[in-house]
Amino acid sequence: MVGRLFLAAGLLLAGLALPAAAEAPRRVLSMNLCTDQLALMLAAPGQMVSVSYLAQDPTASAMAVEAGRLPVNHGLAEEIFLAQPDLVLAGAWSTPETVRLLERLGIAVEVFPIETDIAGIRANIRRMGEVLGREPQARAMLARFDADLARLTDGQDPRPRAALYMANGYSAGRDSLAGQIVDLAGFDNVADELGLPSGGVLALESLLLSDPDLLIEGRRYDGHARAQEMLEHPALRALSRGKPAQVISDPDWICGNPHILRAVAELRDARLALRDAP
Amino acid sequence: MTRPRLLFAGLAALVAALFLASLLTGPAGVGPGESLAALFGGGDDLLGLVMRELRLPRAILGLLVGAALGMAGAVLQGFLRNPLAEPGLIGTSASAALGAVLAIQTGLSAAFPLGLPLAALAGAGLSVLLVLALAGPRGGTLALILAGIAISALAGAATSLVLNLSPNPFAINEIVFWMMGSLADRSMLHVWIAAPFMMLGFALLWPLRRGLEALTLGEDAAASSGVNLGRLRLMLVAGIAALIGGATAVAGTVGFVGLVVPHVLRRAVGASPARLVPASALGGAATVLAADIAVRLIAPGRDLKLGVLTALVGAPFFLHLILKTRREGL
Repeated sequence: MVGRLFLAAGLLLAGLALPAAAEAPRRVLSMNLCTDQLALMLAAPGQMVSVSYLAQDPTASAMAVEAGRLPVNHGLAEEIFLAQPDLVLAGAWSTPETVRLLERLGIAVEVFPIETDIAGIRANIRRMGEVLGREPQARAMLARFDADLARLTDGQDPRPRAALYMANGYSAGRDSLAGQIVDLAGFDNVADELGLPSGGVLALESLLLSDPDLLIEGRRYDGHARAQEMLEHPALRALSRGKPAQVISDPDWICGNPHILRAVAELRDARLALRDAP
Repeated sequence: MTRPRLLFAGLAALVAALFLASLLTGPAGVGPGESLAALFGGGDDLLGLVMRELRLPRAILGLLVGAALGMAGAVLQGFLRNPLAEPGLIGTSASAALGAVLAIQTGLSAAFPLGLPLAALAGAGLSVLLVLALAGPRGGTLALILAGIAISALAGAATSLVLNLSPNPFAINEIVFWMMGSLADRSMLHVWIAAPFMMLGFALLWPLRRGLEALTLGEDAAASSGVNLGRLRLMLVAGIAALIGGATAVAGTVGFVGLVVPHVLRRAVGASPARLVPASALGGAATVLAADIAVRLIAPGRDLKLGVLTALVGAPFFLHLILKTRREGL
């Protein structure tokens, strides 16, 4: 107990004594799916000691293979403390109690905000480069990201109308990351027309009457759920009959990082196909 | 003789009006004339789809589920001669929900569409038999309510467990649906699945009216006037199971309708069980249709559960009944 306190105090002093940018952290632990992926893309070999268990789940993570080489954590203060990281990366949705507890134990925690637009993604990439001491890599990633984005978003008229429709009838508009992906791919979003810019439940009948050019459906998980049953509703099937429908591939849609460009590219192809169709 | 007839005509008109209102209620905000034209095949294609595939099944299910709940309540109260008997309170609805959830999660309902209502029916039937065995043929109030609480708790816990163990991350959200009930986004498929079972239930319970009338004089008097109590009991269990199984399989658990409706109508039909059964079916249909319109008006787009409204009205009423029962020393 006393030893633990001394250790905590020692870590606290060490943290205070070191100027922030003096030296790159050597043992970095990430406890959030989105910081996991950004850190894996930017960190030096051997710099990461652990990622969250979600990073290894191929249904949620775009980097499950890379994450599979590292031990995982479940965001619990005890296991994180025992891994002795010198920097913990957390997301804005990480449990605040855990983050506060880790800070009291003298572990440096960097909390990254949720990215909902390009500016937010760029800011997080830049900041990840700073905290990992990998600024040159971050700058290179930004340059590549900007170039890819510019290539994907040129010449966008006419803009057809798309609707996102996910489990529980959830839809999202321009104030969400999913809405940004739709917008970047050159679509106007039905959720914005219907007053759901940051997301919400879209009544099935409002969706039907909005008559979108492209329906982007949430992915279906194994097992049965009523939340997902509505994706099979005969009325929705009738709407999408003879029309293109895209399915959201979650790993590219959840976190704001360069992987979203894969989702943008896929939707852009769907838009070009719509334009070329008679 | 004219008073009950007037009551039936009034209730039928109310149900018809509410059915129409249910068809015309929705977030799309389209005029009534245009909506009805679209329902019968004219007008815009998409609006026709909305009317025929979304609003029509919702209104039909509201009507059928409400009638099933009201009728089941009236029959149970008449048979047990206990004013607190109701499918929700004695655990029938919760057990039907457990049967339905088991059918869905084991894949039975996907392999064979009638598996869903059949499993719900089996759950409802077992729980009615269990309650009748636990509470005894006379259905003493305390034993009846305690048995109902235990069965409801057990079925609710098992339902939550099954949904927790599902591999699907969204399945757990459904616990609320099975406990509180909803008619949102139902399709004609649900009508075809549930309607035959509810029809069977109506057909089984309808001829029991004479027997229930005779039972008001006591079991011996009923038996001596030619009522076969064993057969009555069997038909009652089968009929309640078919009604509640069918209703719960597609709409979840909607509580208190079977409790409140027979009480409100009892005096108007002169306390006659024979007249109370059809009156409660109409009253139940009106209640659920009205509640389903209200959830769409109060919180559009949020899928407020039907059971929330019926419990807000029904639970205080239930407390009032308990006080009344205690005063009467039952």
